[in-house]
Amino acid sequence: MLEQRTKYAIDWITVCLYLVLVVCGWVSVYGASYNYDQTDLFNFDYRWCKQMVWIAGALVLGAATMLIDWRFFERFSYLFYALVLLVLIVTPFVAPEIKGSRSWITIGPVSIQPAELAKIATAMAIAKFMNQYGYKVNSLKDLIVPFIMLAVPMFIIMVPQQETGSALVFAALVLMFYREGMTPVILLLGVAAVAFFVITIAFGDSPLPLGGGTWGITASMLLVLLVIFVFMLNNERAPKHAFIIAGISAGLFAVALVVNIWLPVRIDYVSIGAVVTAAIYLILYSLSHNHRNPLWVALFAVGVIFYSFSANMLMDHLQPHQRNRIKVTLGVTEDPVGQGYNVNQAKIAIGSGGLTGKGLGGGTQTKLKYVPEQDTDFIFCTVGEEHGFLGALFVLSLYLILLLRLVFMAERQRDNYSRIYGYCVASYLFFHLAINVGMVIGIVPVIGIPLPFFSYGGSSLWSFTLMLFIFIRLDSARMDRL
Amino acid sequence: MINDANYYRHGVVMWIFILVVSGYLCRLFYLQIIEDKYRRQAESNALVHRTKYAPRGLMYDRNGVLLVYNQPAYDVVVTINEMSKTGGTASVCRTLGIDWAQYEERMSEIKDVNRNRGYSKYTPQIFMTQLSMEDIAELQENIHYKYPGFAIQHRTLRDYTYPNAAQVLGSIGEVSQTDIDRDNYYARGDYAGRDGLEYTYEQDLRGEKGVEILLRNSRGRIVGNYENGAYDVEPKAGSNITLTIDVKLQILAESLLKGKIGSVVAIEPKTGEILALASSPTWNPSLLVGRKRSQNYDILVHDPTKPLMNRALQAQYSPGSTFKTVQACVALQLGGITPDRTFPCSGPGSQPIKCTHHHGSPVSLLNAIEQSCNPYFWLAYKNTLEKNGYGKDNANFREQYNRWRDCVMSFGIGHKFEDSDLYQQSRGSIPSTDLYDKWYRGTASWNSMTIRSNSIGQGEVQITPLQIANAAATIANGGYFISPHLNKADSMLNRRHDAKVDKRYFPYVQEGMWRVFEYGTGRHYKIPGISMCGKTGTVDNNHGRPHSLFIGFAPKESPKIAVAVVVENSGFGATWAAPIASLMMEQYLTDTIARTDLKQRISTSVTNTNVKTYNQ
Repeated sequence: MLEQRTKYAIDWITVCLYLVLVVCGWVSVYGASYNYDQTDLFNFDYRWCKQMVWIAGALVLGAATMLIDWRFFERFSYLFYALVLLVLIVTPFVAPEIKGSRSWITIGPVSIQPAELAKIATAMAIAKFMNQYGYKVNSLKDLIVPFIMLAVPMFIIMVPQQETGSALVFAALVLMFYREGMTPVILLLGVAAVAFFVITIAFGDSPLPLGGGTWGITASMLLVLLVIFVFMLNNERAPKHAFIIAGISAGLFAVALVVNIWLPVRIDYVSIGAVVTAAIYLILYSLSHNHRNPLWVALFAVGVIFYSFSANMLMDHLQPHQRNRIKVTLGVTEDPVGQGYNVNQAKIAIGSGGLTGKGLGGGTQTKLKYVPEQDTDFIFCTVGEEHGFLGALFVLSLYLILLLRLVFMAERQRDNYSRIYGYCVASYLFFHLAINVGMVIGIVPVIGIPLPFFSYGGSSLWSFTLMLFIFIRLDSARMDRL
Repeated sequence: MINDANYYRHGVVMWIFILVVSGYLCRLFYLQIIEDKYRRQAESNALVHRTKYAPRGLMYDRNGVLLVYNQPAYDVVVTINEMSKTGGTASVCRTLGIDWAQYEERMSEIKDVNRNRGYSKYTPQIFMTQLSMEDIAELQENIHYKYPGFAIQHRTLRDYTYPNAAQVLGSIGEVSQTDIDRDNYYARGDYAGRDGLEYTYEQDLRGEKGVEILLRNSRGRIVGNYENGAYDVEPKAGSNITLTIDVKLQILAESLLKGKIGSVVAIEPKTGEILALASSPTWNPSLLVGRKRSQNYDILVHDPTKPLMNRALQAQYSPGSTFKTVQACVALQLGGITPDRTFPCSGPGSQPIKCTHHHGSPVSLLNAIEQSCNPYFWLAYKNTLEKNGYGKDNANFREQYNRWRDCVMSFGIGHKFEDSDLYQQSRGSIPSTDLYDKWYRGTASWNSMTIRSNSIGQGEVQITPLQIANAAATIANGGYFISPHLNKADSMLNRRHDAKVDKRYFPYVQEGMWRVFEYGTGRHYKIPGISMCGKTGTVDNNHGRPHSLFIGFAPKESPKIAVAVVVENSGFGATWAAPIASLMMEQYLTDTIARTDLKQRISTSVTNTNVKTYNQ
């Protein structure tokens, strides 16, 4: 195969989006770290000055990435992955403890978080593995290897390094797996797991108006009954069974409420009883009609029962601060000076921005340091406070366009490796964006991960730059492929 | 891979991205545009509104002598949240001169939301108030690094040139929750006039508070002015007030009342301006300033001689013989007597009211005033009330009684001066027919005989010293008065009140009152060269010796001063009240006291041994 270096098809749209985001990020860091008593224009004690250096470095890094031969990436994927794993394992032993986690390696003046590199290496390694001829994503054998590739760095980052946020990022790859053909049931189950967890915990402390028990489990069970009802209703062979099940459940609740007049009844247990009854009905129906799908639904129903209980148990076994973060996010507890302080102040910062914001450097919340981590994890506050809704709209639109562009680019690749890697990049970026902004606006528990290209700091900026430009490089060579 | 079976899924992924970002934008729209509370919270977070207190208006006497001014004072405030956790308390205590127990008590008071409704650990709470420069000097020096959380707030307190006129000037104190609820100008820790002129003229004196908007960082530290002070408001100083009081006269009045219980009121008849308003016992107004205020106030409240009561305005007495001057005017007006009408007097043997003086008989109006003849005024009263007989069901009598009451009240007696700036006046009383009907159970069961004591000012007639002074001013003016008042700027000349007695009758009464000083009960206290008019009163009461009263004015031709004096339980009107009134007139008319021995004698005499002096 002759080497053809002639066809450099750089996707300038993506490069421009990247540059605009980086510039916006620098403006936000400037807004967040600018001080009232600041006198000199340039002083490398100021973070916005340091960030300029990081940005310059990132641009050099990006440009350098473009010079690397595109074949290099796939060829050395496993080696790179192995090297990064090694560094990850070593890190907790050599890294100093910073805010309870050991994840930063300090080399001279530069601190690097190997977890950032692990994201890239894992994406490359998985992409390479899945690019093998005859790979089938839905075969268990073929799925287990990428899963292990993903689980190993995730485990190292979560357990010895105590960096839960960075570890969770790997879960984002479920989107890539979905695109590559993994059954959507896993995605749906993931969504259902989140939904039932939220319902169980959010309403776990609110008592029912009648009888004993709380809304948490009852609401989950009612949702399961609704799912069963809708499923059976859509069952072409026997929609009438939907009404039979609904009737049985309603009867159970009615009896319980009548009995409740004389004897106190735990309505949440009754709701579980109703689901169990419905599940048995479905199993019997399935066996008698030789129809398999109702069996799955019954299994799902029983699974939710166990899941709801384990969600409660999980909550009991979490670290107190983690439990509190979750409860604050779900609105179960209000804690504006304790665990909820960050989020509350972040919401105040963003909410006080109004339509057009307070102007660059005019944000009192961020300026007076009410919002902690205002130039790193909570950088989006500065955008919201100083540039208002319009600023936030602009920034989120840029991200959305970038994400859609990445999907578009991934789909135009001629080889699986580039496409899978492109989806990995999009998934990571999306996860960071969704978690970071969601945390700042108070709909996701506080998980400390940076906002790509925005948050202050070289490690995150450089690794995202590297991650993105590897894909741009791969994309630029798409014409060279077969 | 064009023929990839899962190609369609890229659309799902894109939709996930679009939906999540859109959802976040909706949330942002809600947070930033719909919900308003975050903007307010951001402001209350970052902006500290610090009150800049306005200097209170000053008070001058009628001649421009400064009476009340401001002295700097300091409040120590503490922000609990910023306090050092590691101690420094002992040092704070030592600097402020308090002990550990006091410190603890004050802290628990501050943190008790029931007692300190505005408590927040993030905002400055008042720890100690009204400290002097010396008190805070040491704290001030090291406050920034040694005592985190503590700060000093500049205030002003009152100070006084003279230790006099406490009741007139009044005092200021910290506003109560009721004040705050009533007037939203006030906030916790503000001062407001509590009594006297400070209370009456609160709106003028207080000025307008300013505000300084400061930026506070998350550690509670002030880091600068918001927008460089663009939204700050400078305080407006309160307006100054010039009083009608002549401070020399006021000082004299108070010194003459020393050791006595009573009051002196001096009015400029033509203008209604109060020249002096003294009540005894009294106190040095500086005693109710600053930190010692509540402690001293407590002492004054519990003094059985009731110094806090402004007797000149609030005490009510039977006017006794001083009332005969008003009686004479009214009897002439209502036809009870004519100027040349005479009545017989049998001296101490007179019936139903005996005479306390020895004089010839029959007695004319002028003689009757001069000699304070009781039978004359009883008969004049009887003639007035019974002029038209009693009529059916006493109707004629009652009609005449109401006319009499109406005329007397037109001298400013038996009601408050509603258009005056005097605070807490008592009403006094001229009984109505309704009241007598109730007392005597029927409209026809009482007559001039039953209420005969009124004729000589001993019955149910009740006046305040202010009212009887005003009556003297009315007679001096020949039939009108301007409501007595204390603010010189507030000219009330166009609000003149005419007595319901014809002008032509007043010269007779003035002449009679002149004769009191020439030949009668006041003759010992005449100032040579000045034609003085007066009337003594000796009022029997249930509390011991008679009250000594005197009213008068001078000079007779163009009166410049009208005076009323009451000395409780001290003896004859001529013994105490008359010389005091005479000295007041001398001081005001000649600007000096020639009779120094008289002044000396009066001011050093003690008629009530319970009277304490509160002088610093």
